[in-house]
Formats: sequence, C-alpha cells, structure tokens
Amino acid sequence: MTTSTNKPTDRKNEKLIMDAGDISRAMMRIAHEILERNKGGKDLALVGIRTGGVHLAHRLVKRIQSIEGVQVPIGELDITLYRDDLALRKNQPILRKTSVPFDMTHKVVVLVDDVLFTGRTIRAAMDGLMDLGRPEEIQLAVLVDRGHRQLPIKANYIGKNLPTSREEQVQVLLDEAGEDDRVVILQS
Amino acid sequence: MSLKRKDLLSLASLSVDEIMLVLETADSFKEVTGREIKKVPALRGKTVVNLFFEPSTRTRTSFELAAKRLSADVINFSPSSSSVVKGETLLDTARNIEAMQADIIVLRHSSAGAAETLAHGVKSSVINAGDGWHEHPTQALLDLYTIRQRGMNFNGLRVAIVGDVSHSRVARSNIYALIKLGAEVRLVGPPTMMPSRVEKLGPKVYYNMDEGLRDVHVIMMLRLQLERQGRAQFPTIREYSRLYGLTAERMRLADAGAIVMHPGPINRGVEIAPDVADSLSSVILDQVANGVAVRMGVLYLMSGANS
Repeated sequence: MTTSTNKPTDRKNEKLIMDAGDISRAMMRIAHEILERNKGGKDLALVGIRTGGVHLAHRLVKRIQSIEGVQVPIGELDITLYRDDLALRKNQPILRKTSVPFDMTHKVVVLVDDVLFTGRTIRAAMDGLMDLGRPEEIQLAVLVDRGHRQLPIKANYIGKNLPTSREEQVQVLLDEAGEDDRVVILQS
Repeated sequence: MSLKRKDLLSLASLSVDEIMLVLETADSFKEVTGREIKKVPALRGKTVVNLFFEPSTRTRTSFELAAKRLSADVINFSPSSSSVVKGETLLDTARNIEAMQADIIVLRHSSAGAAETLAHGVKSSVINAGDGWHEHPTQALLDLYTIRQRGMNFNGLRVAIVGDVSHSRVARSNIYALIKLGAEVRLVGPPTMMPSRVEKLGPKVYYNMDEGLRDVHVIMMLRLQLERQGRAQFPTIREYSRLYGLTAERMRLADAGAIVMHPGPINRGVEIAPDVADSLSSVILDQVANGVAVRMGVLYLMSGANS
C-alpha cells in the first residue's frame, strides 16, 4: 500500500510530479470511476500490463473490494510478443509470462498501465487480449497520460494528464518494485 | 541478459546464463502453446527454412510448428527433391536459400560440423537440428526444460544417460549442458558404445546398468541407432536388452521420484520395456510437447540476434 512517508527524490535531474499521496488518491478516484461507469463490479475484470500496470491493477482491485465488497478477477499481460518493433530491435526483449486465469467472454476488461504515451503498447495489449478470448468490452485505465499519441487510442480513466516534451522521460516508480511511490520526469 | 549470437550450434559453447535464458523464454511460450489460439505475431515477416538432409519427422515438425506459432513463414526443404541430387554443395544450397531472404536456417545433417560450416558461410542465423554424432542442442534444451518442469534442481542432480552414447548427439549435448549446470552425469552402456576418454568431459562411466542407475533422479534412455552403426557393437539385440534395457525392476534402483526420458522414437521392448515407457515416471510425451515451446523460445531469441 502507498503511504505518505516518501523520501524526497535525491536525483538532481528528477522532477517530482506525483508523490505517494497523489498516486493513492488517483487510484481511489479511478476505482470509483470504474465502478460508476460499469454500474458496480459485476462482470468486471482487470488486466495489468507488465510490469507497472500489474502493480496498479492489484491496487485497483483492492480498492474496488474495499468500496464495493466484490472480488474482481485479475490478469497479467506481457505484450512483448505483440510489439510492432520486434523486427527492428537488435536484442529481443525478455519475455515474461502472461496469466489471465479467467474467461473473458461477456466481461468488461479494464486494461491497466502506468504511462500512456504513443499508444503502441495498448494496441499490442488489445491484440494480446483478443488472442486470449473475446471480452465484451475493453476499457483503459492509466496513471499518467503524457500525450504524443501515434495511434488513435484514448484512456477511459486517467490518474493525471501530464503534458511533456518528447525528449523528457516519465517514470512511474512503485513500492512493489522496491521504490518509494512517485511519478517523476527525468530531464536529459 | 540476451542471447547475443547469430547461431545456435552447440550447447558446449553456451554459458549457464544463456541456457537458463532459453529455458525461461520457453516457459513463456509454454503458456502460449496452452492457449486456445496458439499463435503470436512475434516472427511475423520472418522466414524460417527447415533444411533437413536427414529424415526426421519429429524434429522437423516440431520446428515447423514452433515457427508457425510465431507467425513466421516456413519453408521445408528436403534434398531428395532439390539440386543436391544434381551435385550442389551444402553451402551453395544454403546461399541460394539465403538469397530468398531466409532469416533463420534450421539444419539437420549427417556430418558433424555441417551446421558450423554453414554458419560461417551465410548471414542467416543457423540453428543446429542435429549434425552427425556431434550435437543436437534443441533436443537437450527440451530435456533440460522437462527436468526443470518436474521441479528438479540441476545442482546435485544425478542423471544416468543409458545406451549408445558414442553415436548419440543428444547425449553429447546433454553431457555438456548438465555438467555445466552442476549435475552429476553417469554414462551407462557397453564399452563398445562409449566414446574414448569421455570421462575427460566430466561424467562417470558405468558398464553395469544396475550400478549406474542407483539413486539417480533422471534416467535418459538413448535409442539404439541401428541405422548409424556400421558394424554390430553387441552380439544380439536380445542380449543388449537384457543387459541395458530399462525394466520396472531396474527402475526401483533409482530414486523413488526418478523420471524416465527418451528422445524418441522408442524401440519398445529393446532399450525400454513397454510398462516403463507408459508409466507415470515416463516424461517422454512431455518432452515432445515441450519441444515446441523450447524451439519457439530458440527461434524467438535467434530472430533478434541477426537484425
């Protein structure tokens, strides 16, 4: 769980955008929005995109449970094999396992990711999901939308809209990955 | 960690980290092969050529299925219907195939070193699918994967490789890899089927099967390759079977949870008794199923190496 005991960032080229409290509040708001839009947690499932999205999906599931008292099924998706730049890369990215242990038919699947940027990851994730089943609907929740879309993709739930330049790098650091919760912009 | 090599020719040249990377990658593909839609677009637009100069159904089909499940275009090339019968050399054949933009060539050849020769001559990645008596790296990798799948740890694992070791490329690849991973390897078979000075590679040699099987965790039976033996290396098949055939009785000498492996196709009643081949200890069909996932992993890792 997130706390407000964040250490201040010690890297000089980092600019803090969201601290642990901001992330926690954004997660709570998104959980409420998901429940409101889908009229409760029935037929709802969350699928996190590895790796940041998986941690955030788990947090959302906990919040949905605390608000509505329903246990929403959760899956983990690795989109590596669906990337459109595999043939262009010198080294193959390391594969991680996909695990979606429930039937997606008739379910509203909320894809969860940390940063929405070009939209290519989400396209790959949607292709990956479609190979695993036929969800009734796919929605998208992201913690940060930094713009610069290259594909016509729009998130349904956004923690924070963050206008950035292409040269900047947005990093979502999470407790589960051994970091203090925070969103930072790295200046090059 | 990545597999920064153009070719996969042998396990002797692979590091422990590289072997583990292949096994972990194969694990992800095992999930894909368990799906209803067993196909991912990772190798879309790539061409894989199966260049098989020796008959093989199992390995060729396994590579073909692996490539197709990765969405690659696959060409199966057999020399009987090609210019090889007109006297074309291996390298010229491969260069012609390469000129057709093949990204990966999977080669099976009866001569040891053929894959290496080819790898030096072409820009495409070359995967050795068995070269003479030398190595058969993907078969050994799927053996390792199957062992790991059973929850066994390589470090301290006792493995008996039984049968015609001298003619077995599978055995050679497994010896290199298992010793590298910290396992104790025992070779069991008649002296006529043991390569000379094989102990220098690290394994212990047993001519008595009962001694060799004592307390082992894995029994790898090798196929009696009668087609490879120029002259008989044992008096009769019946005698070989009596001395080196794996029976349910002999299984009791091994560790209680021991597994039985075989690269196939099995000679029932010769190197392995039918009741052992069909027993719960047998992982022979798991090996075949895992072969596709492991080869998907190898093709995936190799496809990025020659970009």
